[in-house]
Amino acid sequence: MSLQIDRKMVERVAVLSRLELSESEIAQFSAQLSDIVGYIEKINVLDTEQVEPLAHCLPVQNVFREDVPQPSLSNEQALANAPDQTDGYFIVPKILDDNSGA
Amino acid sequence: MSLDYKIIVGLEIHVQLATKTKMFCGCELAYGHAPNTRVCPVCIGMPGALPVLNKAAVEFGILTGLALNCDIARFTKWDRKSYYYPDLPKNYQISQYDLPITENGYLDILLDDGTTKKIRIRRAHLEEDAGKNVHTFGNYSGVDLNRSCTPLLEIVTEPDMNSPAEVRLAAQELQRIVRYLGVSEADMQKGHMRFEPNVNLHITRGGQVFKTPITEVKNLNSFRAIERSIAYEVNRQLDEFLTTGKTMQMGNKSTYGWDDVNQQTVLQREKEEAHDYRYFPDPDLVPVVVSDQWLEEIKARLCELPLAIQKRFVGDYGLSDYDAQVLTGEKATGVLFDAAVRCGGDPKRVCNLLTQTGLKLANERQTTVDALGVSPEHLAVLAKMTDEGQISATSAAVIFEEMTRSGGDPAQIAEAKNLIQKSDTGEIEALVEQVLAENAQAVQDAKDNPKKAKKALGFLTGQVIQKSKGQANPKLVSQVLNQRLASLP
Amino acid sequence: MSERLTALELRNAIAAKKLSSVEAVRDCLGRIEKYDPTLGAYISTFAEKALRDAEAIDKKIAAGQPVGLLAGVPVAVKDNMCTAFGPTTCGSKMLEHFHAPYDAHVIEQLLAADAVIIGKTNLDEFAMGSSTETSPLRKTVNPWDNARVAGGSSGGSAAAVAAGLCAAALGSDTGGSIRQPASFCGITGLKPTYGRVSRYGLVTYGSSFDQIGSLTRDVADAALMMNVIAGHDRRDSTSVAETLAPKIDYLADLNRPLDGLRIAYVPELHPGADPAVRKAFEDSMAVYRSLGAEPVEVTMPHYPYAIATYYVIATAEASSNLARFDGVHYGYRSGAADDYVEVYTKSRSEAFGAEVKRRIMLGTFALSSGYYDAYYLKALKVRTLIRRDFIAAFEKADCLMLPVSPTTAFKIGEKTDDPLKMYLADVYTIAVNLAGLPGMSVPCGFDENNLPIGLQIITDAFTEDKLLRIAQMYQNATDWHKRSPLL
Repeated sequence: MSLQIDRKMVERVAVLSRLELSESEIAQFSAQLSDIVGYIEKINVLDTEQVEPLAHCLPVQNVFREDVPQPSLSNEQALANAPDQTDGYFIVPKILDDNSGA
Repeated sequence: MSLDYKIIVGLEIHVQLATKTKMFCGCELAYGHAPNTRVCPVCIGMPGALPVLNKAAVEFGILTGLALNCDIARFTKWDRKSYYYPDLPKNYQISQYDLPITENGYLDILLDDGTTKKIRIRRAHLEEDAGKNVHTFGNYSGVDLNRSCTPLLEIVTEPDMNSPAEVRLAAQELQRIVRYLGVSEADMQKGHMRFEPNVNLHITRGGQVFKTPITEVKNLNSFRAIERSIAYEVNRQLDEFLTTGKTMQMGNKSTYGWDDVNQQTVLQREKEEAHDYRYFPDPDLVPVVVSDQWLEEIKARLCELPLAIQKRFVGDYGLSDYDAQVLTGEKATGVLFDAAVRCGGDPKRVCNLLTQTGLKLANERQTTVDALGVSPEHLAVLAKMTDEGQISATSAAVIFEEMTRSGGDPAQIAEAKNLIQKSDTGEIEALVEQVLAENAQAVQDAKDNPKKAKKALGFLTGQVIQKSKGQANPKLVSQVLNQRLASLP
Repeated sequence: MSERLTALELRNAIAAKKLSSVEAVRDCLGRIEKYDPTLGAYISTFAEKALRDAEAIDKKIAAGQPVGLLAGVPVAVKDNMCTAFGPTTCGSKMLEHFHAPYDAHVIEQLLAADAVIIGKTNLDEFAMGSSTETSPLRKTVNPWDNARVAGGSSGGSAAAVAAGLCAAALGSDTGGSIRQPASFCGITGLKPTYGRVSRYGLVTYGSSFDQIGSLTRDVADAALMMNVIAGHDRRDSTSVAETLAPKIDYLADLNRPLDGLRIAYVPELHPGADPAVRKAFEDSMAVYRSLGAEPVEVTMPHYPYAIATYYVIATAEASSNLARFDGVHYGYRSGAADDYVEVYTKSRSEAFGAEVKRRIMLGTFALSSGYYDAYYLKALKVRTLIRRDFIAAFEKADCLMLPVSPTTAFKIGEKTDDPLKMYLADVYTIAVNLAGLPGMSVPCGFDENNLPIGLQIITDAFTEDKLLRIAQMYQNATDWHKRSPLL
């Protein structure tokens, strides 16, 4: 039985994705994502008990930078694309709950 | 009904590593610059920019793990932790989820009763810091990304601490260790170390044990705040338990902040919010494999750790626990002490010079003792001169200060400043005669009035030293005085 | 006139002063002016800068100074590669006005080779798509039939090369985004091995799949482009060191055929393709046989799971990679946001198109608590199985050949309402990205509607030299690649 991506699920995922969906988008995504997830579930027929996950195809490890300073951007360059800025800062509407997730 | 309780605290500590550059880009790590001037496409999270790992950050992580008696991961990787916040430009933090660079170690702390306690370290992993939000723009907030991508080591202990003082001691010990290793400046005021204790109580009532809900106190950045916030939490939790009987359940961990003005913890989040960090391996980075050779190279950079040195100072030199602790507060102090003692300085005397004068001067000048410009050889000479009575303890302090300015030889400074105590018996005898002649009443008291003898003797000694313009060796003066008084009819 | 020359021919003509770079660039700009309003290949062009650069290169040549491998040649780049000049839009309202403060590694390489970057080409929004229909900034059509798609996501680059609006172009390939549009537009596409070309400055879609490659008139140009863009870059941790994969001259040995070439093919996968595509494939195999190659039948039991696997892993990576587009530090910010959380939600909702939202949501779902193991982790394990299929195939053969796409270019709008149907069109290309291998698309015929068909050739990791030689054997024996659309 395949997983239904219902309205509740779409809303939960939208919150995590920081997307605000209209009613019609919720309905549309619910149907389309159910289809896609239903298709994806075909991988469940494969036995992967003894299989290692492959996050990367590369035979590469230990890629480092030496701890040597490089030039930074100027403040003007850093903020050149900022939608809003003041006194060298990026500006956003006031952050009320100042505790990060970290 | 009898009620007994045990305090249970585990600690999470964020330590900012003292690398020259950021964790994943070449921007200089610097404090106090104009906003957004130590940033680049990588740490602004610009499209197309990619992280490249700073080797020094990994080595600092491993070095700290070794000092904390941890296992070092031979294979580790980088994971993304997703959450949205304006100071986190990519809206994910590069961290280590299931394979921390180091785990399973312990930290020894010395309790006030002189016993050593092991605090187990669960893990320590590397991650990047976020930027800073500032709230000085009215209805808006500003975002400064200079701190973004700064390397942090997050150390997590087991819940092995059982009093606010133990937590403070563990925090202080960690600060000392990371400073000794040189992996962090650990400057609390600059936020180099941030503490998050997890606190709860195991209350025994009527033969039954009740566990109160765990609270996490966020972002403490002073030792005082650590101790006080935990003490506050203990009382608050006890009260809450007595009123509501609430005990620990899945998901009823809450988050508190510390209000330093009102000296109380303040509820931030009632429940573990439905955080879903969606950790997954960062596909822009490759794994780190720690070879035997690399590990040996890093091991070679380990130094003797502060608590061991502290115990050695007590054991070998007979210093008090307190003095030994002060001397090992900073690595430089202990190193200078050790060296001066090896140059022949009496440990106790060198210790006094360093703790009473050296540290005071270093503190005033906002530097470390070794940067004052006093060599261990000169320090040993200064100690010896004081011990031998060539100079007074007061003069020693004056000479020490002069040594920091001129870097000169203490004997020459004492000479130049006329601080060598008169030890010429003839001269002192002459002065004694003069004083005895001028103070008949005191002489009589000293000789015949047991009630006033001590005071009178002190007075006479002072008079002699005064006449010598402070240069007479007090020991010698009282010796001559006593002899002379005894010889009087 | 210069539009029929390959990049290599053009470069040699310019270096030999038979033709000036300014003339070549003018020709190109003239054609863009004439045809691009219909084709929609470019999002931005740099006429003034291009002419200035061309003039400088002509002067260098006149002064007898040494010039680069692409001296004076007008090239186009897909608009998901950062340039310090002009905008880098990714075909999205989100970055419509974004100006990167730096050049991508490949841009530096092109400029160092004295190429003239003439413009930046259209793509599916953030390279998510197979038809170049999802960009709100332009609509690209197929030069062979304007009612049909150019393929995607590098559709703009493919159309521009096919129509002679540049001599060669760069694209990026995450699940087939170079090979499929190359096939649809009748040109040659090369996706190098993952790690061969630096991704620094390529706006990320699926980090463990994305690879920059070329869209060119023929195989020799693909080799030439490899000579320019391949190689190690310290700024990309996934760029492979020279010690592991030395950079070589891909043109040097290009015309030397492979003796005893063994070609793996997978008959069980062919029934999914249109009859014309199957016929063209069989004809191509016949050509190779006539050149002495030996077909080897292999099975790829996990190939049918590639699309499902890809759409879990790539969207998971994308959901995280695209989190940075939030209206705070750069890019689109909604004017309707009343608090900082709305800056995120409204900016993203207003600026992302439906396909981008869909993939972000799918990827977020696959990583979310409770589903990670069943979807993301499971897919990573299936990825291992798919890779093993390739390893097994390459034990028996030098290369693997497959169709590029089951169909020729489809009609505009034909699949936009059914995303799953669109995804399924990538059935032949996606597994190659899951395994990180190099793959090419070379023109191998036309269907009854005179639409081009592509042959896909895949070799083992870091053997682009061999891949190019195998493809060159085919182009030396055929002339499909010499045909061009009537505009």
